[in-house]
Amino acid sequence: MRFDYHTRYAQGFALLRHPSDWLAYGSLLAALLVLPLVASTYLVGELGYVLILCIAAMGLMTLTGFTGQVSLGHASFVAIGAYAHAWLMAQGVPFAASVPLAALIAAGAGLVVGIPAIRVHGLYLAMVTLAFAIVVEQVIGHWRSVTGGYTGMVVATPRLFGWSVGSPRAFYYVCLALCVLTLVVLANLMRSGLGRAMTGVRDSEAAALALGIEVNRVKVGAFGLSAGITGLAGALMAHHIGYLTPDAFTLLLSLDLVLMVVIGGLGSLRGAILGAVLISLLPNAVSALKSLLPTAMARQSGLEIFVAGLVLALFVLFEPTGLNGRWLKLRALFETFPLYRRDTFRRQKTYMKSERNR
Amino acid sequence: MTNALDLFAQVTVNGIAVGTIYALVAMGIVLIHKATEVLNFAHGDLLVLSAFSAWALIDLVGLPFWLVVPLVAVGIGVLAYGIDALVVRRIAGQPQFAGVMLTIALAFMIRGAVSMGFGTESQSYATPWSGRTTEVAGVAIADLSLVITGTALLIAGGLWLFFRRTRLGVAMQAASQNQLAAHLNGVRVKRLNSLVWALAGVTAAIAGMFLAPVTLVDTSLWLITLKALAAIVLGGFGSLPGAVLGGVLIGLIEQYAGVYMPDGFRDIAPYVVLIAALILRPRGILGEAHGRRV
Repeated sequence: MRFDYHTRYAQGFALLRHPSDWLAYGSLLAALLVLPLVASTYLVGELGYVLILCIAAMGLMTLTGFTGQVSLGHASFVAIGAYAHAWLMAQGVPFAASVPLAALIAAGAGLVVGIPAIRVHGLYLAMVTLAFAIVVEQVIGHWRSVTGGYTGMVVATPRLFGWSVGSPRAFYYVCLALCVLTLVVLANLMRSGLGRAMTGVRDSEAAALALGIEVNRVKVGAFGLSAGITGLAGALMAHHIGYLTPDAFTLLLSLDLVLMVVIGGLGSLRGAILGAVLISLLPNAVSALKSLLPTAMARQSGLEIFVAGLVLALFVLFEPTGLNGRWLKLRALFETFPLYRRDTFRRQKTYMKSERNR
Repeated sequence: MTNALDLFAQVTVNGIAVGTIYALVAMGIVLIHKATEVLNFAHGDLLVLSAFSAWALIDLVGLPFWLVVPLVAVGIGVLAYGIDALVVRRIAGQPQFAGVMLTIALAFMIRGAVSMGFGTESQSYATPWSGRTTEVAGVAIADLSLVITGTALLIAGGLWLFFRRTRLGVAMQAASQNQLAAHLNGVRVKRLNSLVWALAGVTAAIAGMFLAPVTLVDTSLWLITLKALAAIVLGGFGSLPGAVLGGVLIGLIEQYAGVYMPDGFRDIAPYVVLIAALILRPRGILGEAHGRRV
């Protein structure tokens, strides 16, 4: 068993509170650093993609999980980031400058979507973001001079300080560095005043307003920040895909991102990462499953989407706090081992609550 | 001059015909949302399922069209009842977002099951009205469109009468306004909610069976949910007349944009209008304004 016995004030809000946390996260990072040296090129490429999705999921988590604003159109910010980055690279802007610029452009788009968010919320907001994503997809398809339209657009090989980072191994390290950077920035943000304000807006807008939080500014800011991070993921995604077409950024990607955030557990960065890992590995798991099934069933094409739906449904029904909630329960079990009580996390009986009068 | 006028009349009629389809789909979603506050993203996939079942029964089994319509409608109704009674009911009390996620999950599962069960190829089947047109005041209208518009209006009228004149309808209204109060007055809320799902399932089945011959029997039919949602939001959530009005408006905007605006605007015009309308009027056209609760 472990006791939280603080002797200094700073211990109360440290990011890593125990020596064992340092050990666990340090060894995880070391493992991720060493992995490309031993794993196959294909695996490293896939892992780089998982890291990119982790960044995108953290971006959506900032908005949906921390600020409580639903977005069903985050693929549009991925698309804006990817196309902005590819276009800037084509204009001769170096990789190191183009990635932050693409993120800034996506953040600007996020601010534009954030302005309606002042007026509408809940399902109306979900529809506004969905409509925005559809509009962006069509605009990309028709704006041939910049995006290449439906025929697509080639992304230049990334070069960082004179070195080519186009190979999967080198690019993996770029993704890892940016993913860790995003994680640290967001984790620190969430324990700052601004982060607390965002949580306040999520839990009760009226109460946050009464406490002097500028709700509108926080909402628009959260949209901008979230879109910026997602745009960063988009810029990296451009290199992973290599050839951009509007088909890569459809509604299904938006729904995948929402899936990651919900399955991971709303309101935690760990959840965003766990969800991104699970959802991006799901297709591989399904194709592994297919080899076990009789060929008549394995040839059917609907199995992936069916399994994705099933996993999501089971999580919503039986573990609404997502993977993060399950993780916390497992940890509590080990930390308090002989004294664990099952009822600690038991859900109380709930009744229908109307959200109509919000 | 008369040419432009003729074109305008034709486009308007097409817009209304398309719009009533959206309205029909939108009504089913509004029904469920009003009763249970769950936004049913799986509605479009019930449509797909009904279209594929109708195709299988007509083309593969060889049943006549008029037997298939009630058969599929009842089948989808029972399925929708089961979905609510066995799955959706369990998340009562969780935030609205959980309902959205659960129905998206159900939508994925239905879509996956349909493409596993019926294959992924597009199909089509004949109806008694396929390929025939009627001319009304110089405007040609496909008979199928007329039938769809008539059916949608009939269903809208039927629902209006049902909610005003029957005991069951009034009980449903009571349950949708305050579930606890309705329960204390002896309304069996759980069963009613499942019945509302069944009712919405029947409208989805009818929409699916009549719409599929116009387009094609294909899994991409579910995309109509997006148009229907746009119609609902434009009209104002939780309002059946709003859903009909929004559906017709979306249909008209789409057709006008397709004819009078440059290429590519047809697909985005409804959504641009939607965003603009929501910024100007966040509650939709016929939506009710509510106070805020802390």
